[in-house]
Amino acid sequence: MTKVLTSRFDLRGGACDIDVYLKTRGYEALAKTLKEFQPDQVIEEVKKSSLRGRGGAGFPTGMKWGFVPKESKRPKYVVCNADESEPGTGKDRDLMRYDPHQLIEGMVIAAYALGARDNYIYIRGEYWYIKEILERAVAQAYERGYLGKDVLGSGFECHLYVHPGAGAYICGEETALLESLEGKRGHPRLKPPFPAVVGLYGGPTVVNNVETLAAVPWIMVNGGEAYKALGTEKSGGTKMFTVSGHVARPGNYEVPMGYPMMRLINEEGGGVAGGRRLKAVIPGGSSVPIITPEEAEKCNMDYESIAAVGSMLGSGGLIVMDETADVFETTRNLTHFYKHESCGWCTPCREGTRWLYKVFDRMARYEGKPGDIELLHDLADKILGKSFCPLGDAAAMPVQSAIQKFRPDFERRIKQTLIQIQAAD
Amino acid sequence: MYSEANERKIDELLTHYPVKRSAILPALFIAQEEHGYVTDEDVKYLARRLEMRVNEVEEVVTFYSMYSRKPIGRYKLQVCRTISCLLVGAERITEHISDKLGVRVGGTTGDGKFTLQEVECLGYCDLAPCLQVNFDYHERITPERVDEIINELK
Repeated sequence: MTKVLTSRFDLRGGACDIDVYLKTRGYEALAKTLKEFQPDQVIEEVKKSSLRGRGGAGFPTGMKWGFVPKESKRPKYVVCNADESEPGTGKDRDLMRYDPHQLIEGMVIAAYALGARDNYIYIRGEYWYIKEILERAVAQAYERGYLGKDVLGSGFECHLYVHPGAGAYICGEETALLESLEGKRGHPRLKPPFPAVVGLYGGPTVVNNVETLAAVPWIMVNGGEAYKALGTEKSGGTKMFTVSGHVARPGNYEVPMGYPMMRLINEEGGGVAGGRRLKAVIPGGSSVPIITPEEAEKCNMDYESIAAVGSMLGSGGLIVMDETADVFETTRNLTHFYKHESCGWCTPCREGTRWLYKVFDRMARYEGKPGDIELLHDLADKILGKSFCPLGDAAAMPVQSAIQKFRPDFERRIKQTLIQIQAAD
Repeated sequence: MYSEANERKIDELLTHYPVKRSAILPALFIAQEEHGYVTDEDVKYLARRLEMRVNEVEEVVTFYSMYSRKPIGRYKLQVCRTISCLLVGAERITEHISDKLGVRVGGTTGDGKFTLQEVECLGYCDLAPCLQVNFDYHERITPERVDEIINELK
């Protein structure tokens, strides 16, 4: 299998050093791009690749770049979203700590395509040691002329700064990230205007996930068509998946788009741990609907196939649960997460996530009242599609899908039902 | 206000952005490094330094979970509590630390050395369960490993 993103992972920390990176065809894409491509042609090449945003939303990258106006009075920016905090996801962590120059190279190419001079990597504050790895790599890139006033003698000026977040899931939402980068609370902005038109400091801005930008050098060396051909017709290329939970070999794995989900769990992931039976899978990070083993059997790791069973590819965080898992408990855990991470800006999300958790909490003590399951569903309904940003949907969808597919786990938490169960025993 | 090296760091940070205010998050980490938490003096000083109002600094400090406005232990033991860590025994790790140090979640030991916290997803889902001690990550943590880490810090 072709490795687009992880080809230097076997070197582990080795590729952090620019000399190792250069020896493994590093910065070849940048040199080629500056020499052979006009900025517009870079965007065309990325469009051809069918690369889509790997942070979760899956928006076509080339199209996003194409929305940036060519002429702008205000400076333009490329911002890398390295605020990885979607539960179940740890791929950007490895992409940055094992191969930081690949990301830097992707960013410089993106900045060239869009005409951006100053650019930022916004990395979650908890990844402090990775921030230091990136800063060292950025310093090396300046020394060797891959960043600076005149990149490789092309006349293109490009600067890159690494900026830490400070613990807020919401800052993974692109407009909240921009607010945070401007030194404010991470509250999402109203869209439109989209960041491509009015973004950082009011200038046109592209915000891309780490994995998205890290794929760009390969695309520029090998061509957009070649990248696309690695995956399926509609979902091109490869993708990193974080496999976690009840598997024998949890880890980050790069596979082509369209790779069978059960194969990813059983081969790369080593199968369900301890030979137990599979009970459930959350296929794309905690925000997407949970699926059953029967549905997982039908899924390939691409946008369309997972959508066909009513869930989403999301960030590529595959959370595997065996028969010992209690889906009520895991859903309660996620509701606590969203309650904690709701930024407080809009009422449906701020109040709704608290109410949801209140009901979960009494059910956790086996004190649920008849009608509580319906109440949970109804509360989720009052958030879904009614919140200011997608965090509300992310809190609501897991609850509704868990109730729909794993209702017995919830019913045991209703006091009267529990008494009936005990009486029957 | 801060060490010469840290003051220089703030000067350098200010060159990264067109507005000074953008430096507030990294600057607050410097304040915490110097004082262990964000003090009233830090808030006032950074407001002046970054041309912000005091309440603007305050609203930033209170929004982000990595800052503390109160003194906390020298070592912050943060156990990830979110789903992937939960599935592989995060609760057991928290209980173990709590028993060993005699503190509840959120509490600090009497000698001011350790603070125990449960935090949301740290991005180590495939390396779960995860414990972060200040800025250091510890992956695939076990109660035995917890003992070793704590004994080294004691």
